[in-house]
Amino acid sequence: MSSEPSFSSHLLYVMRENPVTAISFFMFAVLLICAIFGPSIVPYDPLASNTSNALSPPSAAHWFGTDNLGRDVFSRVIVATRLDLSISIAAVALSFVIGSFLGACAGYWGGWLDAVLNRILDTIMAFPLFVLAMGIVAALGNTVENIIYATAVINIPFYARLVRAEVNIRRDAGFVQAAKLAGNSDVRILAFHIFPNSLPPMMVQISLNLGWAILNAAGLSFIGLGVRPPTAEWGIMVAEGANFVISGEWWLALFPGLWLMFAVFTFNLMGDGLRDLVDPRKRT
Amino acid sequence: MKTNRRDFLKISGGALGASVLPFLKVMPASAAGNDVIVAVMGQSINSLDLHRTGTNRPSYQVAVNVYDRLVSFGTKVTEDGGVSYDYSVIEPEIAESWEETEDALIFKLKPEGKFHDGTPITAADVKWSFDRAVSLGGFPAVQMKAGSLESPEQFEAVDDLTFKIKLIRASKLTLPDLAVPIPMVINSKVALEHATDDDPWATEYLHTTPAGSGAFKVAKWSPGEQLVYERNDDYTSGPVPEVKRVIVREVPSPATRRALLERGDVNLSFNMPNKDAKELSGVDGLEIQTTPIENSIYSLCPNLAFDAFKDKRVRQAIAWSIPYQEVFDTGAYGRGKPMWGGQETSPSDIAWPQKFPYSTDLDRAKDLLKEAGMSAGFDVPLSISLGQAEWMEPVALLIQENLSKIGVNTTIDKIPSAGWRTASLVEKRLPLHLETFGGWLNYPCYYFFWCFLEGHLFNSSNYRNEEIQTLTNETLHMPIDDPDYAPKIKRMIEIIWDEVPRIALWQPALSVGMNGAKDFEYWFHRQLDVRNLKKV
Amino acid sequence: MSGRFQTIAMRIAQALPVVMGVVVVSFILTRALPGDPAVYFAGQSATDESIQQVREALGLDKSLPQQFFIYLGDLLRGDLGQSLSTGQPVINDLARRLPASLELTLTALILACSVAIPLGVMAAKKPGSLQDHICRIFVTAGVSLPTFFTGILLVYIFYYLLGIAPSPLGRLDFLYIEPDHITGFYLIDAALVGDWETFFGALKQLVLPAVTLALFTMAPIARMTRAAMLTALSSDFIRTAKAAGLTNSKVLYGYAFRNALLPVITTLGMVFSFMLGANVLVEKVFAWPGIGSYAVEALVSSDYAAVQGFVLTMAILFVLLNLIIDISYSLIDPRIGFEAQS
Repeated sequence: MSSEPSFSSHLLYVMRENPVTAISFFMFAVLLICAIFGPSIVPYDPLASNTSNALSPPSAAHWFGTDNLGRDVFSRVIVATRLDLSISIAAVALSFVIGSFLGACAGYWGGWLDAVLNRILDTIMAFPLFVLAMGIVAALGNTVENIIYATAVINIPFYARLVRAEVNIRRDAGFVQAAKLAGNSDVRILAFHIFPNSLPPMMVQISLNLGWAILNAAGLSFIGLGVRPPTAEWGIMVAEGANFVISGEWWLALFPGLWLMFAVFTFNLMGDGLRDLVDPRKRT
Repeated sequence: MKTNRRDFLKISGGALGASVLPFLKVMPASAAGNDVIVAVMGQSINSLDLHRTGTNRPSYQVAVNVYDRLVSFGTKVTEDGGVSYDYSVIEPEIAESWEETEDALIFKLKPEGKFHDGTPITAADVKWSFDRAVSLGGFPAVQMKAGSLESPEQFEAVDDLTFKIKLIRASKLTLPDLAVPIPMVINSKVALEHATDDDPWATEYLHTTPAGSGAFKVAKWSPGEQLVYERNDDYTSGPVPEVKRVIVREVPSPATRRALLERGDVNLSFNMPNKDAKELSGVDGLEIQTTPIENSIYSLCPNLAFDAFKDKRVRQAIAWSIPYQEVFDTGAYGRGKPMWGGQETSPSDIAWPQKFPYSTDLDRAKDLLKEAGMSAGFDVPLSISLGQAEWMEPVALLIQENLSKIGVNTTIDKIPSAGWRTASLVEKRLPLHLETFGGWLNYPCYYFFWCFLEGHLFNSSNYRNEEIQTLTNETLHMPIDDPDYAPKIKRMIEIIWDEVPRIALWQPALSVGMNGAKDFEYWFHRQLDVRNLKKV
Repeated sequence: MSGRFQTIAMRIAQALPVVMGVVVVSFILTRALPGDPAVYFAGQSATDESIQQVREALGLDKSLPQQFFIYLGDLLRGDLGQSLSTGQPVINDLARRLPASLELTLTALILACSVAIPLGVMAAKKPGSLQDHICRIFVTAGVSLPTFFTGILLVYIFYYLLGIAPSPLGRLDFLYIEPDHITGFYLIDAALVGDWETFFGALKQLVLPAVTLALFTMAPIARMTRAAMLTALSSDFIRTAKAAGLTNSKVLYGYAFRNALLPVITTLGMVFSFMLGANVLVEKVFAWPGIGSYAVEALVSSDYAAVQGFVLTMAILFVLLNLIIDISYSLIDPRIGFEAQS
């Protein structure tokens, strides 16, 4: 481990090894740029209406056309990147932290803690997850925070289960015994010796969940439980645009839909690459 | 109302005998034959009994199509050639004739009147049905009360064919209130057979099994999917309908409803979105009928319980800052009637609704805010209903944009339908919100009664004005040909124009699209009346 | 054998606290929903008085613990209460709608498997090859589309523009008569009585929603098949089999695939219960009279009994499904006893 190569060279190695990963990292970079610089590079104010120019098809002035209030769809799609990425990353981070903590404790100490936690996770899993998320948002009110909480809650069991299993099989492993004999505390062993081993499989889960979190938020919007208007958000744009497809204004739903798909696609493809990136065994 | 195949065949009777069936099963809906109409709507029927607690609005159509009332309104042709009910004419339905005395209304029933099961309609049935409407509570009791029909003691079956209502006051609202869907006449003999001690009004039975005398019978009801009407060939209360059966399908997605109509897979799409109505009118083969809804205004309501709106100048400032034309174009796609831009500050006639004397004038709005000491502006949530987001959301966004120009910063709150009524009408706690009241009985005083009297349900602005209280109570039961009526109504309109507790946006319209059907009749209750429909 | 029954009994006992938890959580969740059902159902121009009457009629004037125990008592008697929005007993609603959802979900699952499993096997044959990448990109693209968007797009193209799909109006077109109720699955019921016109009518309606749902679920199945096949192919017995000179296809399908089936079946169980929840949106687009669209309506209108009944049904289904998977696991692979799993 002492001759660990630099992160960047490892990144390059992983990307060379798997072209799909390379493409997905590039796509992620595009998304990040949109999220960070989006509001300053778009041609129009995403909230400004112009009813005299409502529902105009894609043109040189409006690449993705305009919506029923005459707002520029392209600007809205790009600006929404930041919000959608924030929702999914915040939700997944939250469930990652809570799920890992619960799973690690349960897996390491076992006993009644494990039993109780397992029943609680089973209970959450036994709910139809999307309906649970709907219920939480409906009960708490439809704000960005509540969408994040709802998405986080339904994701927690996946992380907790995964970490629990990974920790459980290693708690009696040789390197753990060695660390114990060296006088390390349980918490220290758990945090620095056992837990990192569960990261590679978690990475796949994280990247899948990032995509799923976006879809989840979009689904909530479709039901009408999404973020508040006039905020631009892909799910709402697709959901509202969907009503215009039959009447021929396909661009309202299509472009946000494609962009949404692009983002979810990126996250889903990135999974294996991220795993390779953090997997110690993959390092040369 | 579970129907298996055998029952279905039985119900279908001669029209769909077993011999025709094999062909029918593979025929596309568009070729369904000349006597079947297929209609779609977005909402769901949840009961076949209007009086039952929890029956939703779309279910009222069953009361209209399957039951009869003592009287009904007439029919007229509107300016643009559509068919509409006629508020000015009251016609016999179950009753043959009636007379009004000092303290009573006496109805003579048609001697030939028959329920679906062939038994005669008697005054006892009418008495039982009316007793039920005022006794079960909930909305039916409220609506009956609006016509001064409050307790069972008022109703008397004098003999088999004579029914008497004792009046507690003379009111112009009583007779028209007998023609709304609520006082439907139920076959009490059938109902009583299924009544129990816990359920003396047979709500469980009538909930799934109608017992009426109407132009149609219910052949099949699958909640959440469809309702099939079958013509009552022995209809006694009016002309027998032309079509043999009407299938009403529930399709939640408006886009799908539009596609179905355009492709001719259905004959009628009820309550179309305004946008579809606008774009499809004039399309070959389609007929779009748009009827302005009487006694109804889509309004923006500033709540007087919210400090900033206590000052009428602030409310006026809001009224001056709304981009009316854009709101009308985007929210209603031009379907309906403008309710802004009136030229005078006091009305010249008692037409209702009529244009409010406001238009878009941001400078004037700013001046008014300054006068009120509010030139710095303020923050206020603007609430809309999730269930009506289709038009409320674009409207709210446009209003939000303009209000920000006079320093009023709004955040848009979407409230789910279940919470909407509680928040806006019952608790009346939304500082600024959109509201859609429409009065069934077409009088201005009736509108004022619900919307401007303190504590009344639709007064979601918490408005109170002594003069309005007095004038509304005076005019509510007064005949409209009373010489005092018009001046008082004009004064009432003048006050609320000045004080604007409700800012009128536009008068909404009901749009119905037809492809292969004609003569849809518009009713104030805004539900699907299938009795007059014909195939093209 | 008796030991096995004991373990099954143990399993069921373990599931009880889960079902109990679901009952409690769904009760709390519904009461936390905003809005007052009494107001919602009192109707258009209800007054305070009439709202109060409705509230009493619905039993909502009682305290929450009281309401909970009344609900529990009803549950024990098998009474799920009455839905306010459909006006029917919840149990009838669910009994009518569950087959619709199951039929859609199962069809979609079969469809997804028939595409995803061969794809996964193909990808595993040559990991890292072009066909591996194409498989991966294809299934990932499927799972990246929001189902409601795919659904609307398919309706637009195949129904509205091309006119080859039937109108998206639920399980059967207007003039077909629904088959006699035997299982509640239209396809099976129609086939049982030999009514092939209705069978094909129902099948036509199923195609678009099932494809929409299947696109979304191919990814986990294909991924799991690929991973399981890779593990199986690199194991000792395959090497032995190859060394023994067995044909490639014999090794691939006879040995490796059979061994890879186990994890795939576990995934299928997960995917199935996930799909049942996820088809909420698909049902809404296709006006499918299933339990998903029912749950959405119920949630939006604060229809307590309906939401609780739905959640409970789904939870019981979930528990049963896991039980079945556990049992089938031990049937497929006798080496795995129940004891081996925790």
